[in-house]
Amino acid sequence: MSGARPGSATFARTALYAALVVFGVLSLIPLLWMLSASFMVTGEASTFPPSLLPKHPTLAHYRDLFGRLALGRYALNSAIVAIVTTAGALVINASAGYAFAKLRFRGRDRTFRFLAAGLAIPVQVAMLPLFLLIKSLGLVNSYGGVIIPGLASIFGIFLVRQYALAIPDDLLDAARIDGASELRVFRSIVLPTIRPVLATLALWTFLATWNDFMWPLIVLSDDRRYTLPVALAGLVGEHAQDVELMMAGAVVTVLPVLVLFLMLQRYFVEGVTEGSVK
Amino acid sequence: MTMTRRRALRVAPGWWFVAPALVLIVVFFLGPVLAAVGLSFTDFDLYALADPRAARWVGLRNYGRVLREPLFWQALRNTLYFALVGGPLTIGASLGAALLVDSCAPRWKATARTVFFAPFVTTLVAVAIVWRYLYHPRYGLLNYLLGLVHVEPIDWLGNPHWAMPAIILMATWKNFGYNMLICIAGLQSIPRDLYEAASLDGASAWQRFRHVTLPMLAPTLFFVVVVTMIGYLQLFTEPYVMTQGGPLRATTSLVLYMYEEGFRWWRLGVAAAIAFLLFALIVAFTMVQRRLSPRGAAGA
Repeated sequence: MSGARPGSATFARTALYAALVVFGVLSLIPLLWMLSASFMVTGEASTFPPSLLPKHPTLAHYRDLFGRLALGRYALNSAIVAIVTTAGALVINASAGYAFAKLRFRGRDRTFRFLAAGLAIPVQVAMLPLFLLIKSLGLVNSYGGVIIPGLASIFGIFLVRQYALAIPDDLLDAARIDGASELRVFRSIVLPTIRPVLATLALWTFLATWNDFMWPLIVLSDDRRYTLPVALAGLVGEHAQDVELMMAGAVVTVLPVLVLFLMLQRYFVEGVTEGSVK
Repeated sequence: MTMTRRRALRVAPGWWFVAPALVLIVVFFLGPVLAAVGLSFTDFDLYALADPRAARWVGLRNYGRVLREPLFWQALRNTLYFALVGGPLTIGASLGAALLVDSCAPRWKATARTVFFAPFVTTLVAVAIVWRYLYHPRYGLLNYLLGLVHVEPIDWLGNPHWAMPAIILMATWKNFGYNMLICIAGLQSIPRDLYEAASLDGASAWQRFRHVTLPMLAPTLFFVVVVTMIGYLQLFTEPYVMTQGGPLRATTSLVLYMYEEGFRWWRLGVAAAIAFLLFALIVAFTMVQRRLSPRGAAGA
């Protein structure tokens, strides 16, 4: 800016903020419209010109969803699947990530490279035999069928390992000399030290599980076990004309993750930047 | 008792820590991947689902059948269209947003970042349904806005020429925030004195962008473009929810095609062959990335 005239600097700044506002509006409009339409009376969202705000705001569609259409059931399914997966993934990936970073054992680096190669394989390749495996275990149409394949994640192990590499060996050795077992060292020294990356891992796992569609769609056939995305995709088939009802369903599905993101966004950001430097 | 105990103790503790993850990954991911190779060489179908012994070894017949199927080539074209157009478009939007956030006043930075990232965390199925209505030819917000600048209404999801662009636009909206964060991190790592030196030499804002920012950011950009395209090759949910692969199959992607063969018609052998052809495509993209990457395997 130093060489520019004051007039052009003001113009540049105005253009910058105009562009920011346009970008921001484009990002938010679909979400705001979803929220607004969910409060409109039936038919109001299908008018020309489109109405942006509900003229007579109503909660009828939410009542309909939780009453007649039993959306609460699907929300509960989603919550169970996402919470159990997140809790399990934390324990499993944290211990593995730490061990790959800090413990010495024969074949460690070869095993890690073997896992790293798996990162390049698209998950869809595994899905067909995985379905047969889940079927033979009697887990089709159960929470377990959705949860178990999502517990261990190569990406999660990478994330934790990257962070755990920075733990000083002296810290761990001092505890070992004091006679602490490896499990003890992990619980009382490692876990508190890597807490930030655990928060990131927990958030990403919760988000990915809550939002996941293809695998639950394959494994869940009885609608009493549907998660929210699967239920919503089914509803839109029958109720495509009920725009306002579908928007209320979309709000119920999106709101929990959006609120979680707003509260804990620092950890989301760290997840992205950590992931990109791996 | 003591014998087994002692033997158990001889296993290095590290193995105990990685064992649960390793077992789960081998049983529920890498094992199935290997099994998929075998599956793609059999005629596994609805009958075999009831009794696996009904499946027979058919060699490469599934691959031959898929490669002669016009729908496969259409799905491949659609998928490449989505990835090759959608990938660069998304990264363009990411870079634009990153530059805006990077140059705005510090007190607005966090807000701008939050707003731009919000679409990324939303549930794809839910927002795909929202966009179905935004794209409505008569009542949709998009056609209304276009109407204000005298553009005739477009049947976004009902016209085979517009359906894929509509899905690309929606995916760009959903995903640009993710790579924006990576671009912001990349921008912040460019040494400030490079800009100062350029300014002293009388470089304009555009010249600084062209000759400092872009070259410094190129490795990051190249990496995220390819990673995004690889993710986009796995397109499934958007067409499943918004168009069911239509109209006239214009949005049927490889994964949707695989899903239909495997889980609607239960031709698991054929579906496994499609999955491996997709895998080959992804490997090809990864190799191109490694080969062309400015700094060798930048970031990998």
